[in-house]
Amino acid sequence: MTWEIVIGLEVHTQLSTNTKIFSGASTAFGAEPNTQADAVSIALPGVLPVLNKGAVERAIKFGLATGSHIAPRSVFARKNYFYPDLPKGYQISQFDLPVVGQGALTVQVEALSGNAKPYEKTVRITRAHLEEDAGKSMHGDFHGMTGIDLNRAGTPLLEIVSEPDMSSAAEAVAYAKALHTLVRWIGISDGNMQEGSFRCDVNVSVRKPGQPLGTRREIKNLNSFKFMQQAIDYEVQWQIDTIENGGTVHQATILFNPDTGETRAMRSKEDAHDYRYFPDPDLLPLEISSEWIEQVRATLPELPQAKQARYVNELGLSAYDASILTASREMADFFEAALGDATAQAKICANWIIGEVSAQLNRDGLDMTQCPITAQQLGGMLQRIADNTISNSGAKEVFRTMWAEGGEADAIIEANGLKQVSDSGAIEALVDEIIAGNAGKVAEYRSGKDKLFGFFVGLAMKASKGKANPAQLNDILKKKLEG
Amino acid sequence: MIHSSLAQLGAALRAKKISSVELTQTYLDRITRLNAQLNAFITLNPEASLAQARAADARLAAGTADALTGIPVAQKDIFCAKGWLTTCGSKMLHNFVSPYDAHVISQFNNAGAVNLGKTNMDEFAMGSSNETSHYGPVKNPWDTARVPGGSSGGTAAAVAARLCAAATGTDTGGSIRQPAALCGISGLKPTYGVCSRYGMIAFASSLDQAGPMGRNAEDLALMLNVMAGFDERDSTSLQRDKEDYTRDLNKPLTGLRIGLPKEFFAEGMGADVAKAVEDAIAEYKKLGAVIVDISLPNSKLSVPVYYVLAPAEASSNLSRFDGVRYGYRAPEYSDLADMYEKSRAQGFGAEVKRRIMIGTYVLSHGYYDAYYLQAQKIRRLIAQDFTEAYKQCDVIMGPTSPSTAFKLGEKGDDPVQMYLSDIYTIAVNLAGLPGMSIPCGFGANDMPVGLQIIGNYFDEARMLNVAHQYQLATDWHNRAPQGL
Repeated sequence: MTWEIVIGLEVHTQLSTNTKIFSGASTAFGAEPNTQADAVSIALPGVLPVLNKGAVERAIKFGLATGSHIAPRSVFARKNYFYPDLPKGYQISQFDLPVVGQGALTVQVEALSGNAKPYEKTVRITRAHLEEDAGKSMHGDFHGMTGIDLNRAGTPLLEIVSEPDMSSAAEAVAYAKALHTLVRWIGISDGNMQEGSFRCDVNVSVRKPGQPLGTRREIKNLNSFKFMQQAIDYEVQWQIDTIENGGTVHQATILFNPDTGETRAMRSKEDAHDYRYFPDPDLLPLEISSEWIEQVRATLPELPQAKQARYVNELGLSAYDASILTASREMADFFEAALGDATAQAKICANWIIGEVSAQLNRDGLDMTQCPITAQQLGGMLQRIADNTISNSGAKEVFRTMWAEGGEADAIIEANGLKQVSDSGAIEALVDEIIAGNAGKVAEYRSGKDKLFGFFVGLAMKASKGKANPAQLNDILKKKLEG
Repeated sequence: MIHSSLAQLGAALRAKKISSVELTQTYLDRITRLNAQLNAFITLNPEASLAQARAADARLAAGTADALTGIPVAQKDIFCAKGWLTTCGSKMLHNFVSPYDAHVISQFNNAGAVNLGKTNMDEFAMGSSNETSHYGPVKNPWDTARVPGGSSGGTAAAVAARLCAAATGTDTGGSIRQPAALCGISGLKPTYGVCSRYGMIAFASSLDQAGPMGRNAEDLALMLNVMAGFDERDSTSLQRDKEDYTRDLNKPLTGLRIGLPKEFFAEGMGADVAKAVEDAIAEYKKLGAVIVDISLPNSKLSVPVYYVLAPAEASSNLSRFDGVRYGYRAPEYSDLADMYEKSRAQGFGAEVKRRIMIGTYVLSHGYYDAYYLQAQKIRRLIAQDFTEAYKQCDVIMGPTSPSTAFKLGEKGDDPVQMYLSDIYTIAVNLAGLPGMSIPCGFGANDMPVGLQIIGNYFDEARMLNVAHQYQLATDWHNRAPQGL
């Protein structure tokens, strides 16, 4: 009998405000330790928090983008615990009244086995709430002591909690990736996983079909999709093995070790904290008017799903191409800028971006924003393909030159003499010459050896130095050979 | 000079009859002579005070002086003042020199007032007798065997003994009004949100409010003009137009409706206190006021509600005192948990620990609903009682404290008895209302009695008017302790 896997995610995404959620200190990453720790970040006696409106706006954006309920009134609460990188001895978070309520995100899941088709999965969002990040404890070279860096303390986070709707590592990863795309898409987070701007906690349990939910264990702080996949796979197998060997899974918080590929318990439920949540008396309840929501809605870009639908319905792209082009906002923006008004060229434009552009970026280790070719330059080249100025092979050469040296398509075509020959007189003269010089092969062709056609095309193309318009050449050659 | 009001001192300074440096030095000398008996101050910084006095004199000479320019004002040691040791009465902050000014402090600095020193207080403002201070108890200037009240006991004693012209206090459950009553001075706790809490070390954030303490209502009005005002650094600070709190001082009281809550005149109040308060009410009738009998049925629950909510907030507010970044750290410890435990065990006194434990308990999983949530519900009922009452009256009066100043050590072993000395003041904080105490006579052992005046929200100007008119008709507020 098979096992059912039940997975829910809690994602901490760092919001892209310039200043902290409750003070004016900078949130820039990578500064010298404690240079961005102001009186509030250090929690000096007497200081008070003041809410950053930009953080709230980003939470509203997220709520709108996921069709979630946005609470007209939400409350900040204190989560009390002692730790050296938590300067106040409590974290300001939201507890029973979060800013964002129920919503959902529909994602494309790529099936694991090669022949299964990708499918859609809707993951329900339970809530998303605003909170402050803690500082960092550094156990490096401090002569046996611990160093505390409070630069990160007070950085705004949106914690996005899902329902336990995912039933495989692939679904969990697809959801996490879609969230990651979305938060960058709507501009609320830089999503930088190396810098900890997007961290996932994964709750995993297993059960037999039809049985109540099993006991879950929470894998903390995964900051790569690859690790998430590995951690879930390992954890699921561990839970199944444990139960099948007669053991019991106990609720616990666990860590994934990427070096060993294993999970290990950090603390059990017994030593779980009692956080003694209560409403923070230093902050008034957060009230969000419908006018504010509408103002924020007006700033939202077209969302990935809407774009995908438009690409399929209006531009005639395949669902697959549409999903790849909307994998990031940069990619979609590049596509739309390259395409311009030439909507009839959508398929060829998509092919170039998904094909050559992506492959080159990948080879050079660049991302879309670092692409050496601008969308306008690529668009210029596509126009020359469309109006038959260059052939596909000529286009590849233009592209290579553009990538390496920059420049506009027209200039490159001109400088390298890549303009294809569409003058029928010139092509006819060339074909006549070839027919005259290859009488034997012509006779063979005329006696029924059709396969020789390619041989003649090759010769003619070579003679034109690759510049002959291929369609035109085909027509003329066929006519002359058969005539 | 030391018996002059703020208005008189201001006039003398502006008329160049005295300089701010001379006035400041006069008070510093007096403190040097008397503080050993009273222990009203924790920290003096004569150089800093005199530097401010010199700056004030320059401003006076330039003719750009405000009402309080050049006047020495003592600051309760709960306010962070840049460059000043700021202990909050605790060993935990025995070495904390604040790098910044509280909003209240910067308001005084901007007004050109002189910071005369930091006054003693109950540790983290937790106490009603000033006996919980790490820096020793303050003595009542009327009888140094007795307490001055608390937690603003140092301020109350300093004002009563004429060690300063006026001073600041803070009031979470009565900490301005009760010591004002016990020391025979005037004190006002404004509506919650009128004075910014920024830089005022938090005890119970939803109840804490700064206010002035001085010798008469007019002085309080001048002080409040400086202290009040919106501050964007405090989210609970109220954005209101600037007020002149002296504007109504001289209005007659004809037709003033004074509500007397029957619950305040029931058992528990000392006969001597009752007599003085009743005499004061009689005086108000002479001034044209009418008496209305009212009821505050839920006020009897104030003390238990307060001792759930205030410790709950305090337990969290005081978590930042962990020995990690500033303040006291135990000299020896084995690991992180041991450092926390020893630093906090050694750095906090018994009363603070008691309240942290109560607060931690009432917020704990499984107890939160029964204690914290229930207390919040009753808090709303207590506030509603006042809303109802103000449909029938303009101000509410009663005793400030059930007894006059008790002896040092008398209630030290019985926290509940100590807590009951705030029985008449706490409801005001729970409702967020303004309250004040003014001297209204003397009780047993010739100790002062305070009359409490409770106003509706933002009715400070009217309360000051009510107090001022009484002080024009009586002279209790001008009595000073002898032998100092």
